[in-house]
Amino acid sequence: MPQRAADRSADPVTDDQPGAAPAAALSTGGSSAGDGSRPVAGLGTRLARLLDALWRPALLLAALFAGWWFVAEREYMPNYLVPTPGQVWETMTEDWSFLMRNTYVTLYETVLGFVLAALLGLGTAILIVYSRTMEKAVYPVVLFAQVIPKIAIAPLLVAWFGVGLTPKIVLAVLIAFFPVVISGVAGLRSTDPELLDLSATMGAGPWKTFRKIRFPNALPHLMSGLKVAVTLAVVGAVVGEFVGAEEGLGYVLLVANGNLDAALLFADLFLMSLIGIVLFAVVEIAEALLIPWHASRRGGVPLATS
Amino acid sequence: MSTATPTLTDAAVDITDLTVRFESKRSRTTAVTNVSLRAEPGEFVTIVGPSGCGKSTLLKVVAGLVPPTGGAVSLLGRAVRRPQQDIGFVFQRPALLEWRSVRKNILLQAEMRGLDRSAAARRADELIELTGLTGFEKALPHELSGGMQQRVALCRALLHQPPVLLMDEPFGALDALTREQLNTELNRIWRDTGTTVLLVTHSIAEAVFLGTRVEVMSPRPGRIVRTFPVDIPPERDYAQVMSDERFDRLATQIRGLLGAGANH
Ligand SMILES: Nc1ncnc2c1ncn2[C@@H]1O[C@H](COP(=O)(O)OP(=O)(O)OP(=O)(O)O)[C@@H](O)[C@H]1O
Ligand SMILES: [Mg+2]
Repeated sequence: MPQRAADRSADPVTDDQPGAAPAAALSTGGSSAGDGSRPVAGLGTRLARLLDALWRPALLLAALFAGWWFVAEREYMPNYLVPTPGQVWETMTEDWSFLMRNTYVTLYETVLGFVLAALLGLGTAILIVYSRTMEKAVYPVVLFAQVIPKIAIAPLLVAWFGVGLTPKIVLAVLIAFFPVVISGVAGLRSTDPELLDLSATMGAGPWKTFRKIRFPNALPHLMSGLKVAVTLAVVGAVVGEFVGAEEGLGYVLLVANGNLDAALLFADLFLMSLIGIVLFAVVEIAEALLIPWHASRRGGVPLATS
Repeated sequence: MSTATPTLTDAAVDITDLTVRFESKRSRTTAVTNVSLRAEPGEFVTIVGPSGCGKSTLLKVVAGLVPPTGGAVSLLGRAVRRPQQDIGFVFQRPALLEWRSVRKNILLQAEMRGLDRSAAARRADELIELTGLTGFEKALPHELSGGMQQRVALCRALLHQPPVLLMDEPFGALDALTREQLNTELNRIWRDTGTTVLLVTHSIAEAVFLGTRVEVMSPRPGRIVRTFPVDIPPERDYAQVMSDERFDRLATQIRGLLGAGANH
């Protein structure tokens, strides 16, 4: 918390106006917290921190939005290229159920791809860390799978698995898998050798050592890998839809592009980004719940630490 | 805990002609050479020596964590070939799990060994009180001072009442006053439990106050240059021992042996 305070005090004077509200909220929230000997972040404090973290990006977004509005309304760019926010909003409400159906498809592919990538990635990381032979056999293959441009193999996957969900999920897995493996290996390897010594003198077997020492110790690394992976999974699913699909946001994007329907295109892009942001936030929250003890999360602000 | 009960003739720790060499691609270090050391059950052996002379290595060999290059090591009458479990080990660094509270860090010992939970919990609370950690049971390691962290490590090593306790500069990070307190506590715990203790320290005063015997090591490659029996009754009071002329004589002799390399 002192870190946050120092952070704020370093703000330029011009930040006074927007900074004042969170600062006041912080002090009231702070007094309600700290029920025990350790200061625990209360709800008020957390909210204040969240606001404090959000107002700057919100300001920037608002500026961008205003710029867009200005350019589109004045038709500096023709509306079939840059629609007005009003047109996008209209499309959004008119085609709401159509858009939602396709959002659901992409979301489903992404989440399934991400979960599979997380499980497979963690499994592979464990194999690599625990077995020298496996490391030698698996690592080059993992690297090879990573350097193949996924977009280039997308058509092949469609040819193999058809235009259903499978090629999209496979692509999402392929693209999200690598950061999970790398972060998993780094995390599992980062265990203090003295902790492993300690575990040995306690007579703990490999499973207990993994469960109580190695895995929790790897979580901070792993969570950063998962955050990268979840945003990549969206890319995988959409690329899969580009190549051959009958539904999903990627498919809608192609259709909108073909019809020069810029409003639909923008609405679609907006929903795609929303999927990425929401999933990223879910992983962030999971991280906050799983590793509140870690240095990166102490008094940390969601979304501000990565 | 021990599968083979030590017989009368078995030493708690028996090291004969130990040599440990570390080899890597770039270097070759002889950490200790020709060390022989025997600790009878219930003895408190303190080891002093200049930095880098292989004290930590010696303890790790006894624990079965570092394989000897030459010589023989046995613990409670059995040859040491793999990590030993009849010991409590306090490492030079606290080595705590940063996601676990003080209490849960201490209880790790019981969880890993599958000990009875409620008995372990009771004992953990006793140890917390004994070492002055009361009020910090729920604190995480990063919220503690270095000395407090080391006390948690001490509690963890004592939880399962090990027959042999290996301690690597356990009080190095403490202020003089707390150090005295914990030395007195350790002396009491040792007398109460009858544990055999091997304790490494940089402090000559600590070595003499705690030990029934002080082993002085040479600079690397470490050998034991001399053994000093401490001719002071086991029950020790800090002020008394410090003013004891036997203490003074021993401390002076040890300091002379170590030369300018040691502090205190
Ligand atoms: N795992 C290792 N690999 C290579 N060399 C090592 C290893 N462990 C210790 N050494 C070397 O062995 C020597 C003795 O190390 P050790 O840690 O036992 O010293 P020490 O007496 O405990 O020193 P200090 O008082 O500073 O803790 C040192 O020269 C060190 O570089
Ligand atoms: Mg050492």
